[in-house]
Amino acid sequence: MRQHSLRILAYGLVLVSVLFPFIADAAESGYLVPTASRILIYALAAVSLNLLVGYVGLVSLGHAAYLGVGAYVVGILAFHADAGSTVLGIPGTVQGLLSIPAAVLLSALVALVIGALCLRTSGIFFIMITLAFGQMIFFMMVSLERYGGDDGLFMYAGPNRLGALDLSNEWTFFYVCLTLLAAFLLLCRWLIRSRFGRALGAIRQNEARMTTLGANVYRYKLAIFVIAGAGAGLAGALLANQASYVSPDMLHWTRSGELLFMVILGGSGTLVGPVLGGASFLLLEEYLPVGFGAAGLETLKEHWRIVFGPILILVMLFFRRGIYGLLTGEDRS
Amino acid sequence: MLLLVEQLLNGLQLGVFLFLVSAGLTLIFGIMGVINLAHGSLYMIGAYTGATVTQASGSYLLGFLAAACAAGLSGVVMELLLMRRLYARDHLDQVLVTFGLIVFVNEAVTMIWGRTPLFMDIPQALSGSVEILPGVPYPVYRLAIILAGIVAAVGLWLLIARTRIGMLIRAGSTNREMVSGLGVNISRLYTLLFAAGAVLAGVAGAFAGPQVSVQVGMGESILILAFVVVVIGGIGSVRGAFVGALLVGLVDTLGRAFLHDLLGLFLPPAEAAGMGAALSSMGIYVVMALVLIVRPRGLFSVRPAS
Repeated sequence: MRQHSLRILAYGLVLVSVLFPFIADAAESGYLVPTASRILIYALAAVSLNLLVGYVGLVSLGHAAYLGVGAYVVGILAFHADAGSTVLGIPGTVQGLLSIPAAVLLSALVALVIGALCLRTSGIFFIMITLAFGQMIFFMMVSLERYGGDDGLFMYAGPNRLGALDLSNEWTFFYVCLTLLAAFLLLCRWLIRSRFGRALGAIRQNEARMTTLGANVYRYKLAIFVIAGAGAGLAGALLANQASYVSPDMLHWTRSGELLFMVILGGSGTLVGPVLGGASFLLLEEYLPVGFGAAGLETLKEHWRIVFGPILILVMLFFRRGIYGLLTGEDRS
Repeated sequence: MLLLVEQLLNGLQLGVFLFLVSAGLTLIFGIMGVINLAHGSLYMIGAYTGATVTQASGSYLLGFLAAACAAGLSGVVMELLLMRRLYARDHLDQVLVTFGLIVFVNEAVTMIWGRTPLFMDIPQALSGSVEILPGVPYPVYRLAIILAGIVAAVGLWLLIARTRIGMLIRAGSTNREMVSGLGVNISRLYTLLFAAGAVLAGVAGAFAGPQVSVQVGMGESILILAFVVVVIGGIGSVRGAFVGALLVGLVDTLGRAFLHDLLGLFLPPAEAAGMGAALSSMGIYVVMALVLIVRPRGLFSVRPAS
């Protein structure tokens, strides 16, 4: 019965997502479409982080770095397209078919280098060192004076074109995000069920055993680290296109903390958990102040974080299974 | 040459200052096995309390004591309410609970003190400078920080290595149940240790008051540096924290001071300036990466990474 109702719920969610712009339009709430796109983008980033946290038990606290690298690739290419100059001999472009794959590729490359170093450690060390490298990339972006430094970089030409599609159209952008998220989820599902994914699960359960069995644990971990970085890079490229703006703020370490929280809130180690977590997190962030305002609590409206912080703490202490666990009654954490 | 001496001292000052923050962090990591992101918040609480009490009373000493008390008290409350529940949890839970705590503390501080940064003067007695070498004047205040950091380092080492409490703390880190079974109140010991780390962070915050603007978010920037120190030094090692802190302080200061000129020797000025800025802000992370390649558990690791 529970399985059955869950399935109905899942189909319902998919249907609502696909029809969302039409529903919002009919309810005269078309302004919600960009918010929905943002949720999809952060969900994508959270899903990619979950590959590390949920499936391998690698707690990375620097995941926003890859998000930022992806965003900056799109931003910098647009900047050079606008100025007619080149970066490292490569001309700029506003064609998403070029810039988005470039963003994914470069994020993967950065993840390869950082992962190769970080994965030499484990446990508390891994958390701290991913955080430190994340901040290193953050400071690197801050010091890029040419690309705005602290202030960030505006894409004056607006969002990319994706083939013939115009990403500045809110509906088009929404469906591009939805398609990419769905594609990434399917990729993850395939990965997790593959031989590779099973090996990762075995590493999570008992790393020493896998090593003894002759598996090159380091390589497995590095491979998934790179895939997760690429996924975050894709999310970053979309984020840059949504705002036509990139800034170091995107890769500040608190973003990494938020992504981590989205994963846990939704349910780590589950495919759709991070999507639910990302959506709940962003909605909470957006509507908590609005709710306080409506209730006439002006102080709390301005200082809503004083409630938000304790909510984070309580969720972590008492609601560890996440939303997915709550819905299914399973405990996967 | 004179500039070099001055910058070396600046690096040393940043180093001992970082040590004050990292010492508590590394002890809490090493002995209790807890990762505490909110350690920077204690530093911020110290800085705000110190600045406010000093301004109100006109006495720097009073502000200092108040900062230590406020941070220590916050540390005790934090340990009793939250950290205690986290000792048995995995690191992921610890990270996110303390992350929530940062959000809360930052907002609480904003509500109490507002968004405008506080500025603090250097105390009268420690203002001015002395000539440490012929022709090299150096601010007394910075020398005082160096001295305080060294005193704290020696004191902490004596506490851990030479006293009964230190012995119990070390024993507790190896086997909590065993020490508890021998009749030692290990929970209270941990609370005290946590408070001690908090006091050190609060004192560092009070010291920082006259040097930086006291504002929300100051805790996080110092936290990351302290993490780098702990990673370089090895988790749980006070000696490692000291060496790591000095290394980070020197690399950061000297990098910012000289890298630009060094690059200028073989690069055009504009590029040297840009690259110098980028490289010097990344310098400490490069050092961290190098240390990890050679010794993945830090220079003086006292326990296996877990």
